[in-house]
Amino acid sequence: MRALDRKLYRTLWQIKGQVFAVAVVVACGVAVFIMALTALRALQDSRDAFYDAGRFADVFAHLKRAPDAVARRIAEIPGVQVAETRILADAALDVPGLEEPAIGRMVSLPPAGRPILNEVIVRRGRLPAAGSGDEVAVAEAFARAHAFSIGDRVSAILNGRKRTLTVVGIVLSPEYVYSVAPGMLMPDDRRFGVLWMDEKALAAAFDLDGAFNDILLRLRRDAAAAEVIARLDQIIEPFGGRGAYARKDQISHALLTGELDQLRALSRMIPPVFLGIAAFLLYVMVSRLVTVERQQIGLLKACGYRNGAIATHYLELTLAVLLVGIAGGIAGGLWLGRELTEIYGRFYHFPALYYRPVPWVIATASAIAVMAGAAAALAATARVARLPPATAMQPAAPPVYNDILPGLLGRLTQPSRIVIRNILRWPLRSSLTTLGIALAVATIVSSSFGFDAVERMIQISFFTAQRFDVMLTYVEPKTGAVANEVARLPGVQAVEPFRAVAVRLRHGHRAELSQITGLREDGALRRIVTADFRAVPPPRHGLLVSPKLAENLGVVPGDDVSVEIMEGRRRTLSLPIAGVVEEYLGTPAYMEIEALGRAIGEPGQVSGSFLRIDPLAEPALFARLKEIPNVATVAVKAATVRSFRDTMAESMSIMLTFYIAFGGVIGLGVLYNSARIALSERARELATLRVLGFTRFEVSYILLGELALLTIAALPLGCVLGYGWAWGIVQAFESDMFVIPLVIERATYGTAIATVLAAAVLAGFLVRRNVDRLDMVGVLKTME
Amino acid sequence: MSAETVLPREPVFVARGLTKVYRTGETEVHALRGVDLDLAPGEMVLLLGPSGSGKSTLLNILGGLDRPTSGTVSFRGTDTTALPDAALTEFRRRHVGFVFQFYNLIPSLTAVENVALVTEIADSPMKPAEALALVGLGDRLNHFPAQLSGGEQQRVAVARAVAKRPEILLCDEPTGALDSRTGVVVLEAIEAANRELGATTVVITHNSVIAGMADRVLAFRDGHVVEERRNAARRPPAELSW
Repeated sequence: MRALDRKLYRTLWQIKGQVFAVAVVVACGVAVFIMALTALRALQDSRDAFYDAGRFADVFAHLKRAPDAVARRIAEIPGVQVAETRILADAALDVPGLEEPAIGRMVSLPPAGRPILNEVIVRRGRLPAAGSGDEVAVAEAFARAHAFSIGDRVSAILNGRKRTLTVVGIVLSPEYVYSVAPGMLMPDDRRFGVLWMDEKALAAAFDLDGAFNDILLRLRRDAAAAEVIARLDQIIEPFGGRGAYARKDQISHALLTGELDQLRALSRMIPPVFLGIAAFLLYVMVSRLVTVERQQIGLLKACGYRNGAIATHYLELTLAVLLVGIAGGIAGGLWLGRELTEIYGRFYHFPALYYRPVPWVIATASAIAVMAGAAAALAATARVARLPPATAMQPAAPPVYNDILPGLLGRLTQPSRIVIRNILRWPLRSSLTTLGIALAVATIVSSSFGFDAVERMIQISFFTAQRFDVMLTYVEPKTGAVANEVARLPGVQAVEPFRAVAVRLRHGHRAELSQITGLREDGALRRIVTADFRAVPPPRHGLLVSPKLAENLGVVPGDDVSVEIMEGRRRTLSLPIAGVVEEYLGTPAYMEIEALGRAIGEPGQVSGSFLRIDPLAEPALFARLKEIPNVATVAVKAATVRSFRDTMAESMSIMLTFYIAFGGVIGLGVLYNSARIALSERARELATLRVLGFTRFEVSYILLGELALLTIAALPLGCVLGYGWAWGIVQAFESDMFVIPLVIERATYGTAIATVLAAAVLAGFLVRRNVDRLDMVGVLKTME
Repeated sequence: MSAETVLPREPVFVARGLTKVYRTGETEVHALRGVDLDLAPGEMVLLLGPSGSGKSTLLNILGGLDRPTSGTVSFRGTDTTALPDAALTEFRRRHVGFVFQFYNLIPSLTAVENVALVTEIADSPMKPAEALALVGLGDRLNHFPAQLSGGEQQRVAVARAVAKRPEILLCDEPTGALDSRTGVVVLEAIEAANRELGATTVVITHNSVIAGMADRVLAFRDGHVVEERRNAARRPPAELSW
């Protein structure tokens, strides 16, 4: 072994604490990068494999009723490779063990058994037999939530008639990878399930013999999707077409895509912070080493070592640190990636998850880490080359201080002056240390605020806007008399009707599928609420729209939009935009219920009712609701909120734990390294103070007081950076489905500050042990 | 200090049978091999000897920086070798002033602040400016160490040591890093402190020329006191030169 290499190993061993701290920060950056991108790849691979195997459709459309003959015309649209019709309807389910009715999405299976498009994959049992009237295959998520086995029975109200269905199979479908009830964004596997049934049986139940109400298209590779959709809309319009849409707007696909985009954004936002901080720590560490070893460097030069050889020595040292970090990061990243993929597997239902290490991801992560570290080391060793051998052999001159704040320091004790002057003496290093600590705070704030945002969404959506307990939808729009019937059900304290109409809104060349909800002007159970918790009455003239809808249509209040009603008499009207209301979920539009009824030519019709109920009467009410033929779906708000919270808690708390740990690691890395370096630079000074009779505590104050001050300065800065970062995340994650409110609660800042303070205390404790071991006798005899 | 009036001629320090063995791996180094020593109040004692003879080890033990392997040191009746670390720190803080070969000033503090560093934690100190005036630096109060010459830095160190009015002043090679003329100025400062404050003073040197300024000279070799000599009269440092 060369002598220089031996020196390398010994130096590494000597500063192993710092090596470890930097390596951990590097490892975190590498790990997050690998975790996010390998999980992304695994989900993409799993999705693509499932979509391929299940021949997932490219275009989707729902309509009221069309005779089978129409299917041929659809198949003849240029660009269509396969067209498949089916029956799709929602039904109220009575599941044993569930008090309230669940929503069942009934999907027909062709007589041949397997559908051509959106094929289901049988996990257990079999598909319903052709001609069987009461056999169903159940989506795995719903089956798992209720622990169904083959042979179990479920009651369903199909088009007003109660049927008992037997589970013969448990299946997965590419259409319901992410399985959410209509109008929801979060899965609730207990209360929403997809059931596949024989087409003939379903057609008979829904009076659709020789007809269909749903269509799937597979397009040729060269097909223009927009043109196909336009032609399809033309064909199905007379049959109550609800507007065709492409795969990108299919809810399961869209939410899965949103998740993948977030993973990609994660891989771009978090690792640079870690690697930036690692680079800074390496720079300080190597600079310090070069300073300490300047006499050795001078000696090496005097002996004839070239600048390059000496710089290489320090580069190798940096590389060794990086390698430790990268190795840890790869191992950690692959482990975390696998864990994360499995967590996703609980929400996204794939037949198989294809997790594997992705070589280019590992190589890229390593390369980025090496580049960041090497740049830092090169900058630090540049000074080596500038040292002439003779100067290098001299001890460094004492650093020059200036009395920067003569007046301001007047009242401070000498130890406090030492602290302040040291901070000001190296302003760049002090600022970078502060920035590093601030980034630790910001990492936690910006990753935890999602909880606050979700809580705000829950508060606004579920408590301020939705003040009902139960929402019913009817099989078909009914007259207001139905509401009176509902009011007589047990435990119902108040009833308010609503009208929901599927529409296509157009403004200029932009079009958007949406739904207008008609609400009572004096409604108390369902209100339209702005982001500042203000209730806004539904307008009699014109529409109140969400910001996302206004943005997608390019409209501002006062603009007229063309409204195509996609049901009933299919009128097209022109309505002004009355206002924009700050809502986070979806792209809703609102109007006063009677004005809406008149506008669409169906006055007095209601789609459903909001109920306020007596909690004690819940069981009796639910039991009755399961029997009422006109009720299509029943949504119980409390259950929805609970499920929403559970889902969020499960998916977010794991990630949150990671980020709080990451923030702590950054804080600890920066603080421990700064403290160790300060200690090595000032060991002599501190030992002198000990000799002069200063206690360990007083000496620690001088060393750690500097870091404490920088930490205190970093905390507010970190909160501000965290807020800005959260703002960036809100922008990056905004999708067609929802807007994330930028809300950060004090407790979130508190958690971030507490975590970083704990890291600071730990760093202080680790270094304090070294203060206790200062060699008082040694420093007196030697010049540094 | 009040203790002086109570016990005027009792020795300040009584050391008996001091040995110090450093173990580095397999080898043992005997730095002190049984030293007995009494130091009277206000006395100035010079420890003379080649490097490695054990004089610094003795000084460190007296100053409470190090502990002997065996033997006792009694400071005004208290056995300092039995004191815990915190009490030793307190001992240094209250009673001992140190001057080192390499000054050991805090680079981020000015001359007056370096002195204030010690007076702030002392019981009845003099004013920092007063201490600096004593060593002839009354006009350089607000200079940082980097702006002072070596001799000036060492005089700041002397001022820092005497400002708390210590009972014991321990100087380890105070002129070792200085030229003759500058060294004399520093010795004058030490001598003035000893004379005016009555601090028991121990000065380490390997420069025998300095011996004349002390009350008593102890010559060290191989961990023993090999010779003890009393000067009938102390010579002022200004008469010394090397």
